Amino acid sequence: MTLRKRHVGLALYLGFLLVPIGWMLNMSLRPTADILSTFRLLPMDPSLENYRTILGDPSWYSGYLNSLTYVGMNTALSLLVALPAAYAFSRYRFLGDRHLFFWLLTNRMAPPAVFLLPFFQLYSTFGLIDTHLAVALAHCLFNVPLAVWILEGFMSSVPREIDEMAHLDGYSFPRFFLTLFLPTIGPGVGVTAFFCFMFSWVELLLARTLTTVQAKPIAAVMTRTVSATGLDWGLLAAAGMLTIVPGALVIWFVRRHLAKGLALGRV
Amino acid sequence: MNRTEHPRAWLLVAPVLAVVAFSALIPLMTVVNYSVQDIFGPGQRVFVGSEWFREILRDERLHAAFGRQLLFTASILAIELPLGVAIALSMPTRGPGVSLTLVTLALPLLVPWNVVGTIWLIFGRADIGLGGALLHGLGLEWNYAQNAADAWALLLVMDVWHWTSLVALLAYAGLRAIPEPLRQAAQIDGASPWAIFRHVQLPKLRGVLTIALLLRLMDSFVIYTEPFVLTGGGPGNATTFLSQYLAQRAVGQFDLGPAAAFSLIYFLIILALCFGFFTALTAHELHDAPEGEGGEGEA
Repeated sequence: MTLRKRHVGLALYLGFLLVPIGWMLNMSLRPTADILSTFRLLPMDPSLENYRTILGDPSWYSGYLNSLTYVGMNTALSLLVALPAAYAFSRYRFLGDRHLFFWLLTNRMAPPAVFLLPFFQLYSTFGLIDTHLAVALAHCLFNVPLAVWILEGFMSSVPREIDEMAHLDGYSFPRFFLTLFLPTIGPGVGVTAFFCFMFSWVELLLARTLTTVQAKPIAAVMTRTVSATGLDWGLLAAAGMLTIVPGALVIWFVRRHLAKGLALGRV
Repeated sequence: MNRTEHPRAWLLVAPVLAVVAFSALIPLMTVVNYSVQDIFGPGQRVFVGSEWFREILRDERLHAAFGRQLLFTASILAIELPLGVAIALSMPTRGPGVSLTLVTLALPLLVPWNVVGTIWLIFGRADIGLGGALLHGLGLEWNYAQNAADAWALLLVMDVWHWTSLVALLAYAGLRAIPEPLRQAAQIDGASPWAIFRHVQLPKLRGVLTIALLLRLMDSFVIYTEPFVLTGGGPGNATTFLSQYLAQRAVGQFDLGPAAAFSLIYFLIILALCFGFFTALTAHELHDAPEGEGGEGEA
């Protein structure tokens, strides 16, 4: 009996998560004039016109490509620098190691708004404004500490004996790390990549500040739906729906590892 | 975990230090620089010492924004933590329902923050939104653009929608890590579901719940994009939180000095809050765990 009650509660909550997204889907299938004139629970005459407008116009869809580009760069960069560091934190003792670890984490807490102006100045100096690299680097502010944190958790759950055996077997450190250690913590790397992707994909304040034309993220493009005649609700909803797609795909791929990864890692 | 000393450690940490120096340390020093100078233009700047700090600490509007921030963060923590644990407890543990539940739960986390605002902007409007229209249908006066209480309610619902999943997923992962015989033994002993939760499951969840609390604390304290899209900080200043006010000062009015001083104070407050919570929550564990524990102990 209690079991059934619980499941009803869970189903209600999942419904609460899906209904607003469903409503936006509904809006995205209707022209704005129709949205504003009549209130309907389901579209009378669903049309993909809004999606066609977006996918047929490079100034629209380039926003998606830009976002995906810097998110990919950031994920790769974060993993690349975080992997060796996480190994060091997990295996070695060195001067100030715990303090360094906590200090890294404090960067995860920094309000992005604090960094708006200095970032703009710094990246201007290096001529990086309006490049994908600028956003990828800026997002390292919160993704690198996070990646080190998660990976360290995974690595610490691997017994040290593996390291020692490999050493005795004559493996050089790079060879051991790449061919033995990395595959062992494979799921951990996947989970870390997932979180880096997630936090870089959803962050838009910095992404928007550091780009103007060439590397403009989709979020900035979405402001185009505001025109003299008011908001183009249908187009806005369609653009919003399209931003959910990459995230949904990524979740689907990691769904089996998500809970396990969360349990082993620390996020 | 016995960690050894090795000169290689520094070599391995170096890339992270370089990246973080570039993306955090240099910008933070720039902020410090701004905070003690009055900048008129390129090359024209005067050292003003602690003037901006004194000005910003006396700023009434900052105090108001800080109060609203505390209220918002406390409210969402009070709702999201218990709700997240309750959801995790009622999630299926096997069968096809698991994947479906996990994917649905994770979905809001992958929606860009401005789109989260957009979703609720559409959903909450009385003319075209399902939520707003429903409330109107129930005979309620609902207008989040005019009424401060409505704007607050909408923001809280939006944040619960957006982030409770994170708490639920973490708690679910924590629950899965508890050996099943432990729960069964308690059940055979005739413990009520509440007693099992209170004395068997909750203590084991301490680690993941600490992380959930810290993450939600940090992220809700720096919330910017969602209120910016949804309410723009209004009506009036009713939903202007700290980041919003900071952005107004820094970008809107270009008050570099005060904005920088504000930034530093803001950062310190968050650090202090997190450090306090972290210490309080792990104090109990540190006494139990042997010294120098590397893995689970401090998670």
